[in-house]
Amino acid sequence: MSLATAAPADSWRPGRGKVGMACLIAMESFFFAGFIIAYLFYIGKGATGPWPREVLEVKPVLVNSAALIASSFTVIASVKALGRGHLAAMRWWLALTILLGAWFIWGTWVEWRGLIWEHGLTLRTNLFGTTFYSLVGFHAFHVIVGLLALSTILGLGVMGRLRPARDTLRFELVSWYWHFVDVVWVFVFTTVYIVGLRP
Amino acid sequence: MSTLHAQPESVARQGLMERLHGWAITVDHKRLGIMYILSGLVFFVVAGLEATAMRMQLIRPLNDFLTPQGFNQMFTMHGTTMVFLVGMPVLLGFGNFLIPLMIGARDMAFPRLNAFGFWLFLFGGALLYFSWLGGDGLYGAGGAPDVGWFAYSPLTSKTFSRGNSTDYWILGIMVSGFGSMTTAINFLATILCMRCPGMTLMRLPLMAWMMLVVAVLVITAIPVLTAAQVMLLLDRSLGAHFFDPQQEGSAVLWQHLFWFFGHPEVYILILPAFGFLSEIVPVFSRKVIFGYPLMVAATVAIAFISLGVWVHHMFVVGLPPWMNALFAASTFLISVPTGIKIFNWLGTMWGGRIRFETPMLFCTGFLAMFLIGGLTGIMLAVVPFTTQLSDSYFVVGHFHYVLFGGTVFGIFAAIFYWYPKATGRMLDERLGKWAFWILLIGFNVVFLPMHFSGLLGMPRRIYTYQPDRGWEIWNLITTLGVPIQILGVALIVWNMVRSLGKGRVAGDDPWDAWTLEWATSSPPPEWNFDRIPTVTSARPLWDRKNPHDPDEEQP
Repeated sequence: MSLATAAPADSWRPGRGKVGMACLIAMESFFFAGFIIAYLFYIGKGATGPWPREVLEVKPVLVNSAALIASSFTVIASVKALGRGHLAAMRWWLALTILLGAWFIWGTWVEWRGLIWEHGLTLRTNLFGTTFYSLVGFHAFHVIVGLLALSTILGLGVMGRLRPARDTLRFELVSWYWHFVDVVWVFVFTTVYIVGLRP
Repeated sequence: MSTLHAQPESVARQGLMERLHGWAITVDHKRLGIMYILSGLVFFVVAGLEATAMRMQLIRPLNDFLTPQGFNQMFTMHGTTMVFLVGMPVLLGFGNFLIPLMIGARDMAFPRLNAFGFWLFLFGGALLYFSWLGGDGLYGAGGAPDVGWFAYSPLTSKTFSRGNSTDYWILGIMVSGFGSMTTAINFLATILCMRCPGMTLMRLPLMAWMMLVVAVLVITAIPVLTAAQVMLLLDRSLGAHFFDPQQEGSAVLWQHLFWFFGHPEVYILILPAFGFLSEIVPVFSRKVIFGYPLMVAATVAIAFISLGVWVHHMFVVGLPPWMNALFAASTFLISVPTGIKIFNWLGTMWGGRIRFETPMLFCTGFLAMFLIGGLTGIMLAVVPFTTQLSDSYFVVGHFHYVLFGGTVFGIFAAIFYWYPKATGRMLDERLGKWAFWILLIGFNVVFLPMHFSGLLGMPRRIYTYQPDRGWEIWNLITTLGVPIQILGVALIVWNMVRSLGKGRVAGDDPWDAWTLEWATSSPPPEWNFDRIPTVTSARPLWDRKNPHDPDEEQP
């Protein structure tokens, strides 16, 4: 007895995996919207420094952002390679994706290390610290979750457990999540490093 | 199929522990739906007892039945429980039970995720109630949360809310919120992807349409509440300053974030009840629902507008007048699609051969009571009116007419209507009618006087009052209505327990209804349908019963 019914031509019926992942992404977007609104609400407010323009450096973040955005394209290449059955290419593109994502996390660590130990800015220092670490931190947390998911897929690929016909859609859905993490970063970057640093 | 039919006999031979184990590990949408509804009803009784304690305290001026802090805990737990642990699980439980049956599917799109969501909800509820024991924390201050169900800042800061009670409020609601979100994913994926052949979106039962829209609202609104609660948790646990006025943090931001969730939440609680009415009223009027496409359009419009009305909860905060005016206008606007729905149900009843059995009685009661709540809602959308009556008992009366006279009456209608499908037995009709009239009278005795005490200036959330304000008589009447309501609810509970063994055997289709859940046996087999049905109109069972006169599709 199969749970699946053949989709007749009478009505539009999307795949349940796609709908499920789209819903998850929508929920995550509204979650981040809350933190972005809080950040925008509090720009320029706060009783004490340090202030964003004293401590934030845009240039290294731009480089990290480029790495994260590039990883969106490499993951597309990896999904396409799996779809065509080129498992070796799929593994290399995926490894590159993970490397670029890890670079981004490393960049965040370097930035935070400077902020915490050189400028003494923590979550509890002032409103800027509160909103900055929570917004950027939740994004970094999502990148790490994405990296764990991608690494799992890479592990399965290395063990030779991936079947293009069965797994391409699944991999594509995970890649949707990765694109989402990327798009959120565009909004976070705009909020923190462009709007937040405006004179 | 022969092996499948052998299953129920083996179930019957199981012992109690095995049967309980079967419920604990189930991923069957029907069992999960029933568990949602039953645990919701248990919390309903608990929240009712909390309300009773409050009414005992307010029966006369300067009473000392409860301490001030105990009173604060009662209204906080009552509100939080009713919204998050009664309204949402019972309504989502009906969605769980009914959606696959109504759309001709064998289960939800993600059955295991469904079970996960239920257990998250129950764990969240347990966490909230554990605060009675664990809320004291290291400070020895606390107990149950006492900050109100909307937990306004800075009352929730570590300074004013010592101990762990507020943390339990945050975590309990957050965890059960995760459960609601997984359910919303499931509803959307199931309704969009699992419909049986021929079930186009415009042939979808209206209940399923409402649940689809509710799922969209859950996905939009709950994550914002989660974000706000995470901020509060960071404030309380890690010393962040989101809502800390000493560091120029803003109490108003909490209100914006909370009510951005809070007002769609009201529609999350009422739209499923609209869905129940849209199924029950046509069947008991023996007519097709009046204006199906308009009903769908009105639901979508309500959901859309409900995301832009939240500031009407904040008219006395001191926001700029243009903002108040804008949100007053959007609030007036949302009454238009809601009014359309009321006229559609009336239009369905108009000229129909109405059978006033208990489900229909509750639906009729819903229409009248919800109308009153809707009209006082329009009054409260007027900014100067709210300036006078914000946070008064008038508001308490208003939202109880919407949520009790509306949602809870809708839930009781649904219980009487679908109990035969879930159990195979009919609820007792005579007990049901008694329960309805007692509840209707008790409800009005309790909540109508609140409008008057509110107009006379009695604020909500005060634990006692002076004898010279002219509020005594209204408070006395309100409290005297409580035992009437308790009797009504007790009759329904008794009816549900008694009919399980003694009720008349229902058969597949006791109401002569038209949607697919009545095409399978009562209770339905685990796989719902032996053969996946094919439908050609919005009333598949009408077509089957009247092959000479099938529903015509509107072009």
